[in-house]
Amino acid sequence: MSESLTAILTLDQLSVRLPRGADRPHALSGVSLSITTDKILCVVGESGSGKSIMANAIMRLLPDEVGIDGGRVMFEGRDLAATTTAEMRKVRGAGIAMIFQEPMTALNPLRTIGDQIGEMFSIHTDLSSAAVRAKVLALLEDVRIPDPKVAARAYPHELSGGQRQRAMIAMALALDPKVLIADEPTTALDVTTQAQILALIRDLQKRKRTAVLFITHDFGVVAEIADRVAVMQHGFVVEQGDAASILNNPQHSYTKQLIAAVPPLTAPAPRKLSDDMILTIDNVSKTYRTGGFLGRGARVTQAVKAVSLKLPRGATLGIVGESGSGKSTLARCIVRLIDPDTGSIVLEGKDWAKLTRENVRRETRHIQMVFQDPFASLNPRRKAGELVAQGPIVHGTPRAKAIADAKELLALVGLDPSASDRFPHEFSGGQRQRIGLARALALRPEVLVADEAVSALDVSVQAQVLKLLAELRQRLGLSIVFITHDLRVAAQICDLVAVMKDGEVVEQGLAGDVFGRPQHPYTQALLDSIPGGDFAKKREAPSRVS
Amino acid sequence: MRILTLAGRRLAASIPTLILILIGVFLLLQFAPGDTVDAMMAQMGGGDAATARELRRFYGLDLSIPVQLGNYLWRLVRLDLGFSSIYGKPVATVILERLPPTILLMTASLSFAFFFGLVLGVVAARGVNKWPDTLISTLGLIFYATPSFWFGLMAIVVFSIYLQWLPAGGFEDIGRVQTGIWRTIDIAHHLVLPTLTLGLIFLAIYLRIMRASMLEVLNLDFVRTARSKGLDETRVVVRHVLRNALLPMVTLIGLQAGTMLGGSVVVESVFSLPGLGRLAYESVVQRDLNTLLGIVFVSALLVIAVNFFVDLIYARLDPRISPEA
Amino acid sequence: MDAVKRYFRNPAAVIGLLLLVVVVAMAISAGWFYPRDPLALAGRPLIWPFSNPRFLLGTDNSGRDIAAQIFYGARISLLIGGVATAIAIAIGILIGAFAGYYGGWIDNVLMRITEAFQTLPNFVLLLVLVAVFGSTLTTVTIAVGVVSWPAPARLTRAEFMSLRNREFIQAGRTLGMKDVQLILGEILPNALPPVIVYASVVMAVAILLESALAFLHLSDPNVASWGNLIGLGRDVLRIQWYVSAIPGIAILVTVLAVSLVGQGLNDALNPRLKGR
Repeated sequence: MSESLTAILTLDQLSVRLPRGADRPHALSGVSLSITTDKILCVVGESGSGKSIMANAIMRLLPDEVGIDGGRVMFEGRDLAATTTAEMRKVRGAGIAMIFQEPMTALNPLRTIGDQIGEMFSIHTDLSSAAVRAKVLALLEDVRIPDPKVAARAYPHELSGGQRQRAMIAMALALDPKVLIADEPTTALDVTTQAQILALIRDLQKRKRTAVLFITHDFGVVAEIADRVAVMQHGFVVEQGDAASILNNPQHSYTKQLIAAVPPLTAPAPRKLSDDMILTIDNVSKTYRTGGFLGRGARVTQAVKAVSLKLPRGATLGIVGESGSGKSTLARCIVRLIDPDTGSIVLEGKDWAKLTRENVRRETRHIQMVFQDPFASLNPRRKAGELVAQGPIVHGTPRAKAIADAKELLALVGLDPSASDRFPHEFSGGQRQRIGLARALALRPEVLVADEAVSALDVSVQAQVLKLLAELRQRLGLSIVFITHDLRVAAQICDLVAVMKDGEVVEQGLAGDVFGRPQHPYTQALLDSIPGGDFAKKREAPSRVS
Repeated sequence: MRILTLAGRRLAASIPTLILILIGVFLLLQFAPGDTVDAMMAQMGGGDAATARELRRFYGLDLSIPVQLGNYLWRLVRLDLGFSSIYGKPVATVILERLPPTILLMTASLSFAFFFGLVLGVVAARGVNKWPDTLISTLGLIFYATPSFWFGLMAIVVFSIYLQWLPAGGFEDIGRVQTGIWRTIDIAHHLVLPTLTLGLIFLAIYLRIMRASMLEVLNLDFVRTARSKGLDETRVVVRHVLRNALLPMVTLIGLQAGTMLGGSVVVESVFSLPGLGRLAYESVVQRDLNTLLGIVFVSALLVIAVNFFVDLIYARLDPRISPEA
Repeated sequence: MDAVKRYFRNPAAVIGLLLLVVVVAMAISAGWFYPRDPLALAGRPLIWPFSNPRFLLGTDNSGRDIAAQIFYGARISLLIGGVATAIAIAIGILIGAFAGYYGGWIDNVLMRITEAFQTLPNFVLLLVLVAVFGSTLTTVTIAVGVVSWPAPARLTRAEFMSLRNREFIQAGRTLGMKDVQLILGEILPNALPPVIVYASVVMAVAILLESALAFLHLSDPNVASWGNLIGLGRDVLRIQWYVSAIPGIAILVTVLAVSLVGQGLNDALNPRLKGR
């Protein structure tokens, strides 16, 4: 613990209470932290840990029903928890600045970027508008936004996600604040963009000597940029210290659990794969035409371009790509939710792509899908048992038998049979995904397509669901197509991997080969962008469930 | 340019709608008992069958329906709306005479309702769930439930009969002929009660929408960003919330244009204003179907015109709308 | 159920329900309190309210009992409001569901038709319908219903369009469900609640439309409706303004009640933090 650097922001036994009826009385209980100049403090925790509330409490931006009821927030000799609102307003932006998770919604869609950044100056300084404009341009250059003059005149929806986040950073650092609070700023970004933004934050922090409080749920990010780490659970700080010791020698059981849940990047040793291809995708394309008046000026998007893949029986094929790569479109073509324009999809000898709607409905029992959003993928008005039994009932199974089978399936995926009588809103996100899995398995398919099936789950829950998938694949002899944007997840569970960019497959092969010896520059860039790459690579891959 | 393209495209898309309305109402009116000639003959005090046949042939009413429809549409393109048997003038003339009071009334009511709806909605949202909000929201509910014609009558009782502050009806003073600024003031004097009456329901609607819109926008992320920059609450509302909250209000103007025109029928009847709405009522009662069809055409045109302007304003306010959307 | 409890914790919603119960009670009990024909002459014309114990609310220009007309008028308003709303909602759901689910040219055609109905001011269309088909109770009710379907149709269409792409519907498709099963069994139960709540708005507007029509002497003159009475009272507004005032209050109370109940239902079925 170095004493030479002064603590610029100190939380001293801070407590924040929640309104009655919340799942616990306090969002934060006796939290003590200190943020020093020149260092990045990462606060890690899963959803519900109170990390965001802590950031809002420091800025005194809590919603009405939630309030500070104990402790102090010391900044520059003052207790921010006790100052007046007028005093607090002077601190916001000038002393402590904040950037948020979703840059699209965090910026006013009706005003230009230059306007919103310039507002910082008009609130806290007396500069003329010409001086402000010059400063805005300088800031945009600082954050390395392409074409700063154009960006200053642009509206938020005209920029990409990464550019918007750069603009937000420019806005936050406009007045050289002493502290920058970053609340999950890269969670909503693509992995390559995330890497750039993390590098930018670290660079700016070094140059301007800002103290940074970085909130995240991803231990990979922690490994990438943290100098010090604090781990939060249920409103308590369970462990804190400097990054190296926490990452390599965690003390608290929860910290160990979180670190263990981060999938390592080295793929486990390859298994023997079958020669029998259960699913062959050959030259599939899908093009979208939007707009256009009487056929002119239409915008053509090639979502999937001549994709060819093979899935051996009993194996898991991972399709990896960022947003816009076409992987979701491809997944939906495979299950015929979307009709591909060209190509063939041969499943058990039948060309799936050419079947009529009637036949698709009949044959669909052979290939089923698990969806991403555990909240939107279940009909809120049906009980869990009914949801699982729907498929067999549609295909002719008598209702009583279908419900009985459903109960067995729910047990198979690790839920209590009594769950069959409960509604979706009574379950957690991870449990809902299990129900979705049971539903997909009800028709005893040969192939399962998992479209970002674990992306919306907390890291520890993710690990459990992935383990379940591996077990089920073994038990039921499934072949799985696993779509994801998270390479670390793909490395853990997939035998074969295909990397997609802009609708094309740029590289495919055994997981070990693609991750260990990537050939295509895009794959290499993707692997390099994984936060905390070295940390992830050093960790041991758990042995496969065989 | 983008704005004009956008609004122009919507305008072009309204033309089939207009044609649909005209064809639909024209065909509907064929089911009406009695036609223009019957009404004319009733005016003339009766006549024999031969005269009726002659008249029908003269007005082309003995042709088949598709041909009549074609004739009508063709005349419409040349803005010939036919002849009103009751007023003895071309329908277009009658309508043009009656248009100004209605447009004046609608503009005044819309401005009144929009402005006060906005102000009250913002006040209610700022003090949400405290007494200003409860008071304003309750008043809004009561105004919404009040039948406009009843409110007009009660207003006449209070302000014209009892207090004698305002005239009970008419567009301007028939007794003395005014000119220039005095005429304007006189007309304004006569329009106070009708504007209040017609505007009341829309005031309630705009109030509710503005309040809801403000509350919704106040919960959006960028408001939190604005606060985190150190903006005080008033500036947050004025510089960030207001413009975003206005968008649904602007859309509403377009949607409510038709309802307002319909409301003017009743209000003009209560206050004896010589406007389009009252003309519609008269043509129904006197079975002047030509005029009725002309009014349908003009009403639809008015609504389309209002929507065109609304589209222009909306595209100006919201940079996210693009022609490809 | 939680929703019911939530409803009764909302004071405005409870008041609305009470008022509605009063109006319904008036409609049902009209025959007991005033067994004779309400449009029959009952006494001297233009008696003031509270001046004669036999006629609590006075008499109108022709000497008919105002209180009786208020009670029987409740029947008319509720009847017309209810039936017209049912017609409007039924047509609206049908059109909105098809347009929202199938999209494409079906949506285009149906939306053109909806737009046509919305571009033409609904009261003007009402006038046209009355001019063509006459002013009996049946025709007026159907006309009001026909004029009111566009808004529920748009609402249903919006719900269907948003639900159509929800993942649980896509899941239904991958399970092999047919379109009909998806529309009726999966989408409709989720799309209906906002539409049903909107029915209260439609009903409020329907009652106001019919009373405006009656005021203009364009509705059925042979029934005791509140609008008719207001129209009659216009002739004696100078002195006996109560003839118009009293039925207007009745309309206000009924529409207020319907609106409050609708809003209460909406808040109860969509629980969000208060102040939204």
